[in-house]
Amino acid sequence: MVRGATGLTDLGADPVRALEIRTGLWTLRFLAITLAVTPFRQLTGLGVLARYRRMFGLFTFFYACLHLSTWVGVDWFFDWHAMAGEIVKHKYILVGMATFLILTPLALTSTNGWVRRLGGRRWAALHRLIYVAAITGTVHYLWAVKKDTLFPLAYLATFLVLLGYRVVQLLRRRRARARVAGGSGAERARSAATG
Amino acid sequence: MIIRRPDPIPSSEITSEREYLGRRDFIRAAGLAAAAALAAPSALVACTERGESSGGDVDQTADDKPNSFEQITSYNNYYEFGTDKEDPKANSGAFKPLPWTVQVDGLCRKPGKYAFEDLLKPQQTVERVYRLRCVEAWSMVIPWQGIPLADMLRRFEPQPSAKYVAFTTVVRPSEMPGQRGGFQVLDWPYVEGLRMDEAMHPLTLMATGLYGKPLPNQNGAPIRLIVPWKYGFKGIKSIVRIAFVDRAPPTTWSLANPNEYGFYANVNPNVDHPRWTQASERRIGEFRRRPTLMFNGYADQVASMYAGMDLRANF
Repeated sequence: MVRGATGLTDLGADPVRALEIRTGLWTLRFLAITLAVTPFRQLTGLGVLARYRRMFGLFTFFYACLHLSTWVGVDWFFDWHAMAGEIVKHKYILVGMATFLILTPLALTSTNGWVRRLGGRRWAALHRLIYVAAITGTVHYLWAVKKDTLFPLAYLATFLVLLGYRVVQLLRRRRARARVAGGSGAERARSAATG
Repeated sequence: MIIRRPDPIPSSEITSEREYLGRRDFIRAAGLAAAAALAAPSALVACTERGESSGGDVDQTADDKPNSFEQITSYNNYYEFGTDKEDPKANSGAFKPLPWTVQVDGLCRKPGKYAFEDLLKPQQTVERVYRLRCVEAWSMVIPWQGIPLADMLRRFEPQPSAKYVAFTTVVRPSEMPGQRGGFQVLDWPYVEGLRMDEAMHPLTLMATGLYGKPLPNQNGAPIRLIVPWKYGFKGIKSIVRIAFVDRAPPTTWSLANPNEYGFYANVNPNVDHPRWTQASERRIGEFRRRPTLMFNGYADQVASMYAGMDLRANF
């Protein structure tokens, strides 16, 4: 993993496989960075980070495109029949394809125009799918390895922590809102003091 | 001067479309092969016989050009040194393959501890250029030196009750980083096994060298098994124990994942692994996939051993 991070300079004896592994890992890394932007911003108060979230998200999709096109154009050399067989027969490829299909609409609707067209709330709901992509993408990685599951599990743990952070946040906000809406004046005062 | 012709292509391969369309490549390769024969006859021949052990001809086709020493020694699966392909080369520097002893026991008349040199001395070394097909759907062509396993096993005088041969790899956490630490990928030692007739087959080799050099550590020094019609993981490395047994011995990968790896592990393009298609493979150094051959192209020599067996059930 560390060596993979040094770049695409030395692809070794099987460059096709090396390309697939590295582009796949960078997809997951950028996905993790994208998801970490909001928690990191909130914890550090660096509001400026919000501006880079879309860029990291698009980097994720860029590497997913590289990953898939390496598989299609280099590994299988556009042998559509064989690739269809691969997708049907091997579940790790199926779940990888599903991940790409989830990421695609997110990339397409990443522009300001689409945020406006969908409306903030619907846009946010759609883009919560990135958590699904994070999990399916990691399962794709986990199922692709033989026995060396350490790194896939580390990615899974990372995503679960990031997802957990947002879930806890959501639950807290919802509880606070419920308290504000249904609570007595005294409770409201207390929640205002603590919240 | 004798110009060696490449080995004839078996009739089963002559008329395939791929071969027909690639005829120019074939001619080019044949020319190269002829040139190579002048330079280094031993490297070209698939199976050089010296001594009494007869291997039969290996149907090495003209496009089976041996991989480079660099490729063979820098892209390895040897989990005792790490799980990445580059790990064995990077992490095997501290491994000391000599002195080496192999313990022979079980159902044979001459059990004992054999020093590496004593194991080799009475035998004739042979050269074999074999295809190696990994279960991960990549392959290489490797010029090995070694001793036919049958020649070695006969010396130990196996008893008729011996139906299988079990092999064990060394355990040396101090020299093998993959055997230390909290996260162990497999249970050590690595173990493998062959049916007696597979072990005695003339193609089965105990390799001690490649490209005329002693086996590098990352390739299984000082002595490893080569069974060219089986997936690479059957080729157990750095062997310290050979045991004659009456029942199929446990094998590491089928212990680790019985749904994905069987005892036989014969190369079979018709039986897919859950993760990798086995119908095609990428030869290291090549760009396009090539079809995988039944029994890795050694069907003429070995298929009869499995006559009547359901190869889908006995994968």
